Amino acid sequence: MAQEITTQDTRDVAKNNGDANRRAMAFTPIVDIYERDGTTVIMADMPGVSPEDLDVTLEHRILTLHGKVKPSAPEGYRALTSEYRVGDYIRTFTLSDEIDQDKINAKFKNGVLRLELPRLPEAKPKKISVKAE
Amino acid sequence: MLQTTFSPMSYADPFANMRRMQSAMNQIFDGTRLPGQSATYPPVNLWVAEDGIVMTTELAGLTEQDIELTVKEKVLTIRGTFPETQSGDDIVWHRHERVNGAFLRSIELPFRVDPDLINARFENGVLTVEMQRPEDDKPKRVQIKSS
Repeated sequence: MAQEITTQDTRDVAKNNGDANRRAMAFTPIVDIYERDGTTVIMADMPGVSPEDLDVTLEHRILTLHGKVKPSAPEGYRALTSEYRVGDYIRTFTLSDEIDQDKINAKFKNGVLRLELPRLPEAKPKKISVKAE
Repeated sequence: MLQTTFSPMSYADPFANMRRMQSAMNQIFDGTRLPGQSATYPPVNLWVAEDGIVMTTELAGLTEQDIELTVKEKVLTIRGTFPETQSGDDIVWHRHERVNGAFLRSIELPFRVDPDLINARFENGVLTVEMQRPEDDKPKRVQIKSS
C-alpha cells in the first residue's frame, strides 16, 4: 500500500536554529509514521507541551497537531548558551479515506504524542455503476 | 559610577561584521544536517545567575529512568538511551525522523557546582537541572575599613 498519509507542510523552521534575526513562531515536530496490522501509528515529538495545551483536530480528513509551549526562562537568570529555541509545534497531515476516523486513539506521554489510526475494515475500492442512456 | 571598560561588542567594533559573517557561514553548514543529527546531541540551553546555573534540554520519549546525570567539578554529563523503535517484517515505515540510540554529552559549566544541591526534574520531555554554586566558591565581598 502506498502512503496513506502525506505531509502537507514540509517546511522545517527548526533548522533555523541560532538565527537571532529570524523569529520562528512554530516548529514542525519530528515524526515517525509506520503501519502495522492495518493501523497507522504517528509518533510526534513535542517536548515542553503540557497535555492540556495539545490540540489534535480532524476536519475533512485534515489532521492537525498543534502544541503550545509556555516559555520557561528561569527568573533572575541570564541566558548563557542557547542551542535550541522554544516555540509552538504545528504539523498537518492528510488522512486517506480508509481511516476509521471514529476509532482514532491519541496518547501523550513524556513529550511524545502517539496517534493510532485504524483502517476501516471495509476499505474496498468503490465501484461506480455507470448507467447507459 | 564611572565605567571605562572596553566593550568588544559595541557598535564601534570593527570586527563585529566579520564575526557576524562567520556565524552566518556556520549556519549554512548547520543546515546541511538532518534534523536530530546535530554534531552535539542533545542541544542544551544554559542560564546563569551569580550563584546558580539552570540547564534545560529536550529529550522527548525518554523517562526519568532512561537519563543518567553526573556532575564532577565543573562538568555536567548527560547520558541516555532511547527505547528501541518498533521493528519487524510486518511494519511498513512511512517516515522515520525521530532520534534513536544512545547519547552522551558533557557540558562545561561556568563554575563549580555543589553535587548535593542539584535539583533535576523531567516534565513533558524536557529535562531541567538546577545547580547551585558551593558556599566556599561564592565570590565574597571584602569589607574595606576606613582606618
